[in-house]
Amino acid sequence: MSDNKPRSPIESGCPDGFQYIHPVMRKNYGAWKFHEHPQPGVLRHVGYSGDEIWTVRCGTQRILDIFTLRELCDIGDEFADGYIHFTIRSNVEYMVSDPAKVQPLIEAITAKGYIVGGTKNSVAMLSHTQGWLHCDIPGTDASGVVKSMMDELIDEFRNCNMPNRVHITTSCCQINCGGQGDIAINIQHTKPPKINHDLVSNVCERPSVVARCPVAAIRPAMVNGKPSLEVDEKKCICCGACFPPCPPMQINDAEHSKLAVWVGGNHSNARSKPTFQKLVAAGIPNNPPRWPEATAIVKNILSAYKNDAKDWERINDWIERIGWPRFFEVTNLPFTKYHIDNWRGARNSLNASTHIRF
Amino acid sequence: MLRQLGDSWEKYGSGLQTFHGQTGNIMFIGCTTDDTQHFFDEINGYGWDLGGAGPCVRTAMSCVGASRCEMSNCNEHGIHRHLVNNFTDDVHRPALPYKFKFKVSGCPNDCQNAIERADMAIIGTWRDDMKVDQEEVKNYINAKGENGRQYYIDNVTSRCPTNALSLNDDNTLNVDNRNCVRCMHCLNVMPKALHPGDDKGVTILVGGKRTLKIGDLMGTVVIPFKKLETEDDYEELIELAEEMIDFWAENGLEHERTGEMIERIGLVNYLEGIGLEVDPNMVSNPRQCSYIRMDGWDEEAEKWFERKAEANA
Repeated sequence: MSDNKPRSPIESGCPDGFQYIHPVMRKNYGAWKFHEHPQPGVLRHVGYSGDEIWTVRCGTQRILDIFTLRELCDIGDEFADGYIHFTIRSNVEYMVSDPAKVQPLIEAITAKGYIVGGTKNSVAMLSHTQGWLHCDIPGTDASGVVKSMMDELIDEFRNCNMPNRVHITTSCCQINCGGQGDIAINIQHTKPPKINHDLVSNVCERPSVVARCPVAAIRPAMVNGKPSLEVDEKKCICCGACFPPCPPMQINDAEHSKLAVWVGGNHSNARSKPTFQKLVAAGIPNNPPRWPEATAIVKNILSAYKNDAKDWERINDWIERIGWPRFFEVTNLPFTKYHIDNWRGARNSLNASTHIRF
Repeated sequence: MLRQLGDSWEKYGSGLQTFHGQTGNIMFIGCTTDDTQHFFDEINGYGWDLGGAGPCVRTAMSCVGASRCEMSNCNEHGIHRHLVNNFTDDVHRPALPYKFKFKVSGCPNDCQNAIERADMAIIGTWRDDMKVDQEEVKNYINAKGENGRQYYIDNVTSRCPTNALSLNDDNTLNVDNRNCVRCMHCLNVMPKALHPGDDKGVTILVGGKRTLKIGDLMGTVVIPFKKLETEDDYEELIELAEEMIDFWAENGLEHERTGEMIERIGLVNYLEGIGLEVDPNMVSNPRQCSYIRMDGWDEEAEKWFERKAEANA
């Protein structure tokens, strides 16, 4: 512990990103004319000035060790122009202004084991968060699930065979930090938390925990002579929101924390207003290290989508056109009472018409 | 720059870094308590700053936008920095009910998912006619051979959500710009032929959020169109953000997101709270329920006519 006065932080805020942008992109800022997609993983943008910038995109594991980071930088310096962009789905993009550099760059990237792709109508990189690597909350892993699924889906990442782009996401707890997507694989707890009453008063700020419950199912109680919390299990929706502020309320269970699959989330305004994802499958075993059951369901859905959807239809557009009953038919997934949103605010999800396909 | 950060992290931490967190941060994960200060001091010296975790203003995200994309309608990175750097104190000192996120997308494709993942979503758009290069339209059709016309009718003109497109016999495209809702679909399919107009600006939506506690919400339009060109324009944007954050900081319950607060108090009350006038673009349709007390009708209608008169003056 130093005797000196602590150093005052420089509260510089968000740094100026322009210094890190490729010079050709900076020069043509706001003056780009059109783009082309010459091959999977490669974009060519042309400005009104005639300048062009080529982008090569490859997948990364998002959480990078120092050796991978350095390797990606080395590739960027030797084969690209030294400018790099991490996309919203944690792919890496190298930008080069000289088209002659594109093929050698692709070869260098591929030689090091990275996979070029993830553009346009491909299955893009699975968006995910920290999981077991660096979060205290999750019921399942993030990177592990992504690795297992991407291994099976890799041909759809490196090619553009889908009707439109497919954004898949994972969430390892029900707070759902992983955003929604065309397909989402999320934890779904099925039992209320198991409470360690001896620890609650030492660890938890009880009023906060009571307030945190979305359905007001938690109340303070004396248990074993100690101040603790109890859960009205008839109200509990098993979301696990009480667990982060109170770890003695253990929600994660090796057997009862399952996976659920949701489809049809779309943030884009193209063709239709943005939509939320909807539940299609649940009760899927949370089965590390490869999660084969969840992966099989995702592949099944992708296969149905690929075979049946028209060009440019995202999964939500496709299902809008064919109807949800047909979706359950072609994927052979069971439709249960849990699929119907059972509260008064959900009326707009009920079918108030005779629009039925036969 | 990345190497510099990596070298420092190798010294003090685990060597694992995430590019990037869901709200745009670089995350350096895994370090002992003692080393956190040393690491921060070192990278702070390089020009990096901490923040964006907890009940605070989070770091923001903006799409690649104007640096590469022909569909960009605003200076995404500029807007992002302007906003976030105005709230550096709130980024550093979590003292808000819960998190508040800004996200900026340059067009309604919304590649940053701003509409659902931001409390304040700024999405680029244009107000005038879209630009059509009829020669390029014909090129697209001809490139598909004898099925060209059919393809573009099936996949473009018939997919327009407001039926604003039609293909003439000579393969020129007809656009009913007054009914175009700037969904971007036709521009996405024919990027060489179709482009945003010149009168560019942004649409601002409020209240998007992910699941906890009341479920997912999409943002709601509060500003249908705003120019962001002059310094004054940017000043107004910052002031609006300040109003939104101040009002929510005062009135939000603990752990309540802006969208959840709006659910609880109602959009009309929220608008009053932040000083915005109502606009039909804020709703998909007017109310369906007649059970409301409306004895202030004449006053409210007068406000609308006054605003129209001012706008026309």
